[in-house]
Amino acid sequence: MIAAGEPAPDFTLRNQDGEKVSLSGFRGQKVLLVFYPLDFSPVCSDQLSVYQEVKPEIEAKGVTMVGISVDSGFAHKAFQEKLGIDTPLLADFEPKGEVARAYGAYIDKTGHANRSLVLVDEEGTVEWVHESPTPLEIPGANLIFDALS
Amino acid sequence: MPPAGPEDHRRGEGPELVVYADLGCPYCASAWAEISAREATIVFRHFPVASKHARAPALHAAAEAAGRQGRFFEMVDSLYADRAHADDPHLWQRAEQLGLDLERFEADRRSEAVAARVRRDFESGIRAGVTSTPAIFPGRA
Repeated sequence: MIAAGEPAPDFTLRNQDGEKVSLSGFRGQKVLLVFYPLDFSPVCSDQLSVYQEVKPEIEAKGVTMVGISVDSGFAHKAFQEKLGIDTPLLADFEPKGEVARAYGAYIDKTGHANRSLVLVDEEGTVEWVHESPTPLEIPGANLIFDALS
Repeated sequence: MPPAGPEDHRRGEGPELVVYADLGCPYCASAWAEISAREATIVFRHFPVASKHARAPALHAAAEAAGRQGRFFEMVDSLYADRAHADDPHLWQRAEQLGLDLERFEADRRSEAVAARVRRDFESGIRAGVTSTPAIFPGRA
């Protein structure tokens, strides 16, 4: 897993609406990358739903939160609609998991990202990382606020 | 997690169990009878996740408003016992059945004070690392 202090690998992925989103486009503001395994899985649904509830507080601290998984933009759109969330979801779809691999968050044997949080600072440097012990374990939003305090 | 205090909703006797629950959550509903039956002091804390259960904020506000007339747990029991009737007319019906002053119930459940009270519990759950419901923590023995 990538470590705090390392440069965050830049990437360009399409979001749930098919628009290209680059990490470098957020330069000057903090970004929280939320790597998660799969759209529609029960644990990911719980995680993104709870994070949605505290999204205003995260944004109030000057942080943009984006989700990243290996699902397609079309799946992301449907997942967003099902959960009623507006957190942007980025499709690490083809080459599959390329961005997750670049951050050391990919699990080869299961074919998706581990549940990992990466806070990137205004200069594009990794400021904080949390990697769940297993994809079944949701990092509480308290960890995010601890990292931002 | 903040320890239970006098401002918390409490029922029963014995060691404390602090329960973060979502009144729109089917898992909470199915677990509620078992949780309630424990020989413990149940400390109920609001944890509505609106993006998963759209009516959750309204249900928590209704329970909190009922609590202002001394019928908090009765409203929680009612909401969990029948999740199929959660629209406003159903809430008024439940309030009537519990003998609440409807006008006061209606004003309270829409008040900022009630919303803030629910939000305070939710935020304490976030700080405690709650990510799904029901989440149960041991309190004072």
